[in-house]
Amino acid sequence: MAQYKKEYDVIVVGGGHAGCEASLASTRMKAKTLLITSSLDNIAHMSCNPAIGGLGKSQLVREIDALGGEMARNIDRTGIQFRMLNTKKGPAVQAPRAQADRRNYRISMRRVLEKEKNLDIKQDLVEKIIVKGERIIGIRTQIGIEYRGKTVILATGTFLKGLILMGKISFPAGRMGEFPADRLSDSLKKIGLKLARLNTCTPPRIEGKTVNFSELIKQPGDTPPSPFSFSTKEIKIEQIPCYLTFTNDATHRVIKKNLKDSPLITGEARGLPPRYCPSVEEKIARFPEKKRHQIFIEPEGRDTTEHYVNGFFTGFSKEIQIEALRTMRGLEKVEITKPGYAIEYDFVFPTQLKPSLETKRIGNLFLAGQINGTSGYEEAAAQGIMAGINAVLKIRGKEPFILNRSEAYIGVLIDDLVTKGTKEPYRMFTSRAEYRLILRCDNADQRLLKYGHRFGLVSRKEYERCQRKYAQVEEEIRRLKKSRARPTKRVNNLLKRLGTDSIKEDTPLSQLLKRPEVRYRDLVKIDEGKKKISSEVAQGVEIALKYEGYIKRELRQIERFKRLEKKRIPSDFNYSKLEGLRMESKEKLNSIRPVSIGQASRISGVNPSDISLLLVYLARGERKKNEQGKRA
Amino acid sequence: MLEDTIAAISTPIGEGGLGIVRISGPRALFIGNKIFTKKVSRLPSHTIHHGHIIDPRSKERIDEVMLSIFKKPRSFTAEDMIEISGHGGIVPLRKILEACLTNGARLAEPGEFTKRAFLNERIDLAQAEAVVDIIRAKTEMGLTVALHQLDGELSSKIEGLRQELINLSAHLEAAIDFPEEDIERLESPQMLLRTRKVLKGIRKLLEGAEGGKILREGIKTVIIGRPNVGKSSLLNALLKEKRAIVTPIPGTTRDIIEEIINVGGIPLKIIDTAGLTTAKGIVEKESVARTRRSLKTADLVLLVMDAATHLSKEDHKIMGDVKDKKVIVVINKTDLPEVIEANEIKKILHDKRVLKVSATKKTGLKRLEKMIIDLIFEGGVTPSDRTLVTNIRHKDALERTRKSLENMIESIEKDMSAEFISVDLKAALNSLGEITGKTVTEDILDEIFSRFCIGK
Repeated sequence: MAQYKKEYDVIVVGGGHAGCEASLASTRMKAKTLLITSSLDNIAHMSCNPAIGGLGKSQLVREIDALGGEMARNIDRTGIQFRMLNTKKGPAVQAPRAQADRRNYRISMRRVLEKEKNLDIKQDLVEKIIVKGERIIGIRTQIGIEYRGKTVILATGTFLKGLILMGKISFPAGRMGEFPADRLSDSLKKIGLKLARLNTCTPPRIEGKTVNFSELIKQPGDTPPSPFSFSTKEIKIEQIPCYLTFTNDATHRVIKKNLKDSPLITGEARGLPPRYCPSVEEKIARFPEKKRHQIFIEPEGRDTTEHYVNGFFTGFSKEIQIEALRTMRGLEKVEITKPGYAIEYDFVFPTQLKPSLETKRIGNLFLAGQINGTSGYEEAAAQGIMAGINAVLKIRGKEPFILNRSEAYIGVLIDDLVTKGTKEPYRMFTSRAEYRLILRCDNADQRLLKYGHRFGLVSRKEYERCQRKYAQVEEEIRRLKKSRARPTKRVNNLLKRLGTDSIKEDTPLSQLLKRPEVRYRDLVKIDEGKKKISSEVAQGVEIALKYEGYIKRELRQIERFKRLEKKRIPSDFNYSKLEGLRMESKEKLNSIRPVSIGQASRISGVNPSDISLLLVYLARGERKKNEQGKRA
Repeated sequence: MLEDTIAAISTPIGEGGLGIVRISGPRALFIGNKIFTKKVSRLPSHTIHHGHIIDPRSKERIDEVMLSIFKKPRSFTAEDMIEISGHGGIVPLRKILEACLTNGARLAEPGEFTKRAFLNERIDLAQAEAVVDIIRAKTEMGLTVALHQLDGELSSKIEGLRQELINLSAHLEAAIDFPEEDIERLESPQMLLRTRKVLKGIRKLLEGAEGGKILREGIKTVIIGRPNVGKSSLLNALLKEKRAIVTPIPGTTRDIIEEIINVGGIPLKIIDTAGLTTAKGIVEKESVARTRRSLKTADLVLLVMDAATHLSKEDHKIMGDVKDKKVIVVINKTDLPEVIEANEIKKILHDKRVLKVSATKKTGLKRLEKMIIDLIFEGGVTPSDRTLVTNIRHKDALERTRKSLENMIESIEKDMSAEFISVDLKAALNSLGEITGKTVTEDILDEIFSRFCIGK
């Protein structure tokens, strides 16, 4: 047994989206960091969909960016098609999505990691974690090397006891063609963590040369593309289109005939699959009334003809996959390059984590990404950066960095995981957020850049730029509230053209901008004192005014919410001794160990009277301490 | 939490001539300003004032009251407090409380005034031990009771409305979260139509609440007796109108009929039952079983006997059934020749009051009402005041649901984007959830994934 002579502050296990952000945050915070991955060439590999963003997810990416993470910049560098979703709805729920060049995304991220002078990157398979007392001190790898680290972040994705299933065939693998991490899983069980299975599946990749694209519906990107990162000025690329085709009666016949071939239908694949991303066989079995399903043919990259068949997730054996694919328009002669497959894997019940993502049982051991039961690159990356920051803070004896539900989707994500746990692979939706109109893509910098700057992950220049931007927004809003439009013919003609009522008296421009039909760019035409502002600032002004009443309402709710979050519960609080708490609540509270009254109130099965009792007991404890203090 | 302003009726109902509504918290004085005929915030602390409580919406006088002011920190809770002593009678008291709730207070939890006093260091540790007991005891009753409160019909109505809102919400949320999916969209006119329908349902429930359909709190009074002794006639006489079908055929009242009457400001929830008999038919058997159930939960029993017939075996059996209850024996049909063995009754039910009336000739009814009131004020009968609390809570929640739905409809009419409509819809669902005790986010996600095929 060889012990590596160098000792690390932070060891990150796994080089996926969580692992990359974790090691970058850690090394940029000047902690001695080791990233250890089972395949160097697959760093930041997109295992499934070659795309970043979408509703809920792009908010996460923007937040990661504001905290100084890399994901947004990396997709801006390597995206091949950019689209803004929900453009027909209000700006608060618009979200960017981009197709990535799968290979370039990987290479580009690896380059970023390699540029970090003090980051060690090594290829090896971790088999065991080394614990001393109730604290982790390092890890051991397949080839018998022990690495010592003050903290360890496990970001192992679907690799823990990964098992690939295709029709009747199954074999252990972390991803197609890669080793699973079997022993690490056992090592975690040994230290007392509870694990269970989840499953998910990926669609086949196909050869573009065998697709008749002229039969498909073309989906071009937006011009100009809207970037993810606040630091990206513009994206100048030639975009590559995606294509759309549909399943049909013939497809459904093939699938129905072969349902029993799929381990996802027979139940052979253990664990729960994600409901939002069902296999095509589940779709057809569960929604028989639906005559056709959308199938998107998405490019894998700029210099490859391979394509990804989005919507055709499957656990079928390869023959059935090809038979079903060839029933579709434009795919009559398609060849599969890589078949789709189902994969089941171990995850750790995330209720065993603190909101800092450190395990409650073993000190200094952090978990991030799919190991915690989530799905999606964005969800993983978000946990990665938080785990990275918190590992460093832990070493330095500082308070953990916890975002709450009112300031970030990251807060919603982690709070849901550690408070409620999950039964299926957890994905972010905007409907999970209580304060959706405040947690927007456009203002992630306003919400979080200050933290990124505080931890040294965002430069002073960026931070000051952000402050200037929002100062300008404020100033412009004040101006629009004071400037009035006169009921002249010119003004009313414009309003008429926009399809809104004319005005009869002087009206503040801010009032006009509140009308759904009126945009900031329209206002410019009748605004005599108009100022030169950037489109970013204009957008900020427009959103702030259009949503003003609603935002105020959410802010009031947030005030109430924060009061309960501020009431902390000591970590050694003994619920068993509390008289009057129902048994169910005691058990739940004892196992989750909420950090605040607010978190306690979100645990399912804990009711308002339990919370009331907790408040009194907490206050009583404080009072006792004070009274004893006075006597002493 | 402590920053909320809370209100509650703090005297047991029916136990005294006066009733007190207490309000505590930062908005207490402001609420006083709104509902009292004097400007409460200008009045000095620790003074008592005579005036009227006015409903700020309808400008109607609710009650003539004495109002006491306690400014912080010199009050029981160490917060701003006012106490309103009404003229008693549950109806005006309830209206005073509702006026507080619609003007910014929320209904206090059990033991919450004491809890605040403790949290604000107004009472010491020893006293505080009691707080825990209060919360524990009261919530065990109160919370478990909340759902049982709703009878089957009402709760299924509310659940139906809630399901419809969950479905609407699933449409909205799916449209926001899955814009690329090929899923059925709900167009505005349809959304409007369906929302209006739910609003109509909520309004109907609220009207019912005003008329006493939900708020059937108060003294649960069961009229009982063997068939054809005139139970329904007695009910009708008390109601002064015909409700139950009265015929000379024994067993006419197959169902249980409930009515509210107001006796000296105390609402009696009167339950007319099918006659207790050794039933033969299936329907009759069911009726009798129901009668027995309602007897079990009764606060007060009016046992009706027929003066014109001899005591029968059935009468004896019923007397045995009600022995442990608060009972007034009402000997009816005294307009006919009296043959009943009144002494025998007095022997068997020796500690009960006995009264002779004629429901058809309307004699003896005033004395019956007085006897009921006396019994209540002696403390012989206590109403289940938790019923009142949960009912007001329900009404308050329905009221907020209504407001949210009205806002939602306005947003749809203005053709606003889904995320605006969703804000009010979620608020409506949260308010309804306070009655049914169900979570929202998970329900909406479940509905989305069971209804729509998502999966790009």
